[in-house]
Amino acid sequence: MDNSSGVLPVEQVKKSFYQESTNKYTGIGAWLLTKDHKRIGLMYMYAIISFFVVGAIIGLLMRLELLSPGGKLFSAQTYNSLFTLHGVIMIFLFIIPGIPAIFGNFFLPIQIGARDVAFPRLNLLSWYVYITGAILALTSLFLPGGPIDTGWTFYIPYSVRSGTNVSLALFAAFVLGFSSILTGINFVTTVHRLRGKGMTFFKMPLFVWATYATAWIQIIATPVIAITILLVIIERAFGVGIFDPALGGDPILFQHLFWIYSHPAVYIMILPAMGVVSEIIPTFSRRTIFGYKQIAYSSLAIAFIGYLVWGHHMFSSGQSDLSNMIFSLLTFLVALPSGVKIFNWVATMYKGSIDPQPPFLWVMSFIVLFSIGGLTGLVLGSLATDIHLTDTYFVVAHFHYVMFGGTGTIFIAAMHYWFPKMFGKMYNIKCANVAVVLYFIGFNMLYFPKFIMGYMGMPRRYYNYLPMYTPYQRISTYGSWILVGTIFFIIGYFVYAYYRGKKATSNPWGGVTLEWHIQSPPIMENFETLPVITHDPYDFSQLKEMKNE
Amino acid sequence: MSGNKHHIGYGTYVIVWIALLAFTAITVTIAGVSLGRYTLFIALLIAAIKSALVINIFMHIKFDEPIFKIFLALSGTTILIIFVLTFVDILYR
Ligand code: HEM
Repeated sequence: MDNSSGVLPVEQVKKSFYQESTNKYTGIGAWLLTKDHKRIGLMYMYAIISFFVVGAIIGLLMRLELLSPGGKLFSAQTYNSLFTLHGVIMIFLFIIPGIPAIFGNFFLPIQIGARDVAFPRLNLLSWYVYITGAILALTSLFLPGGPIDTGWTFYIPYSVRSGTNVSLALFAAFVLGFSSILTGINFVTTVHRLRGKGMTFFKMPLFVWATYATAWIQIIATPVIAITILLVIIERAFGVGIFDPALGGDPILFQHLFWIYSHPAVYIMILPAMGVVSEIIPTFSRRTIFGYKQIAYSSLAIAFIGYLVWGHHMFSSGQSDLSNMIFSLLTFLVALPSGVKIFNWVATMYKGSIDPQPPFLWVMSFIVLFSIGGLTGLVLGSLATDIHLTDTYFVVAHFHYVMFGGTGTIFIAAMHYWFPKMFGKMYNIKCANVAVVLYFIGFNMLYFPKFIMGYMGMPRRYYNYLPMYTPYQRISTYGSWILVGTIFFIIGYFVYAYYRGKKATSNPWGGVTLEWHIQSPPIMENFETLPVITHDPYDFSQLKEMKNE
Repeated sequence: MSGNKHHIGYGTYVIVWIALLAFTAITVTIAGVSLGRYTLFIALLIAAIKSALVINIFMHIKFDEPIFKIFLALSGTTILIIFVLTFVDILYR
């Protein structure tokens, strides 16, 4: 970045956005009524992490129930509610909004050289819509009727018959969908309208590309689930007979509509994570990313093909054989762009001068866990093997490896990468290195035995099991203690760093995308004068100039 | 918006409105006639024509910047493919 770029010289420390308010209020009002994308990102962060902790504790409780056979801790009905809640919280409140709402909000405008998102007020509104949805979901737990027990997939006909508060919980998901759509519209507009001078599409960092592709899925796919949810509510209230087979409806149609959204939603979860990986790997390899355009295009390809594979969730539902074959074929296709990314990341590291700092180590564990998840996905994508494995623990293991091992791990990686920028403090590197090892061990202990149990025939969503599974269930439960313990440890050292940590420099990792050119934490509206972009996004020759800035 | 540059007369709006009403009438009438497996296709076809009219004329997309047309075309194509794939199940089940 040359001097004309107008990026703030790093030593010159200005008031950060924490010290300035976008409105006339200070204190809590400065947060709750803010229009600043960074504050909104942080408000999302506090909310989302809280829900994640709740979800994790429910997961822990389920594992406790499964420590030994016999179903001693909870009744079957309670277990049904627990896995439903766990699934709903983790999917709708944690993993779908997670990376875009927090890191997308905070860093997307900065990375393209903008002062804020295109619609700051809409951005705040989407936070309130999110919180409203979350409160509705919580309310559904305590009203008479009790917490829902349908599983997070709300399959018909049970979701019409269940006496629990299904309608309210569904309505909560409906509201949450709106928040997602609003964020998507905001990001697409921001990328099209607010890119800085010289920031052409192919100079954008890959995190922006990934968030952009995600935003499109959010806009196009989410309305489908909204309509579907409304139809189920109508079906419950008036018994119209759209889905309910007893009234002449088509229950498989529900599964189509549900997965037409929920499969692309899987890519809402993973694409932003892949974007974060494409940021972290070049920074810690000190090498420009290999195959920039291929990675950018593969995000778009994943976003598009992701629409066409939903039927692979329905191989045993009774849909037509022809559909099964077509969806199986398309499923194999979507593995290609994901493969393109993995190979490009590895090629980027090849002959780089690798600096194994914590964010990089988290990404390495991501590559292993996500690959296991992805490859077992192909096992499930083949018709013959799926018939044996569907609705067993194999599926539970598979989706935890992709969602948690993939997106969840990168969520933590992104925290480690951007924490110094967001808070201006550095966490303890040694603790972080220990955490990544413990996490990796705990994770595999918790979920790998589930592959084996699934293969042996252990069905998912059962509160009890045959004694033959005991050793595997034990290992899995011990793993959950290590894993959840590690998560609390991580939160602990972040909180400690927030209050007591050493001050972070503006560029602790030697990154070159725009956020590393500005001070930590950034000033209100990010840039003193808007930058003019002359370099490619991962051009590390800038580092020398940046030192002189 | 460049949509403002192109002024559409009230006459056009009225004609389009009448056309929409006519299509609605056809949909309702046809619902009573048994056309076998074509019923659904015809209903969908009419719905598609109606939305094309609304999007192009009432929502001014016809006179708007190309980028919006591209966005719409992309979304439209996605929906079309989704319909086709769903029908592969329904017709061959
Ligand atoms: C924090 C540690 C976690 C533990 C201990 C845990 C454990 C479990 C267990 C025991 C089940 C029920 C398996 C069954 O009986 O079928 C389950 C289901 C599930 N988990 Fe997790 N999990 C954790 C984290 C996550 C994360 C991070 C996500 C999402 C990103 C997630 C998403 C799900 C989903 C969607 C289900 C299926 C719910 C259903 O069947 O409706 N979990 N988990």
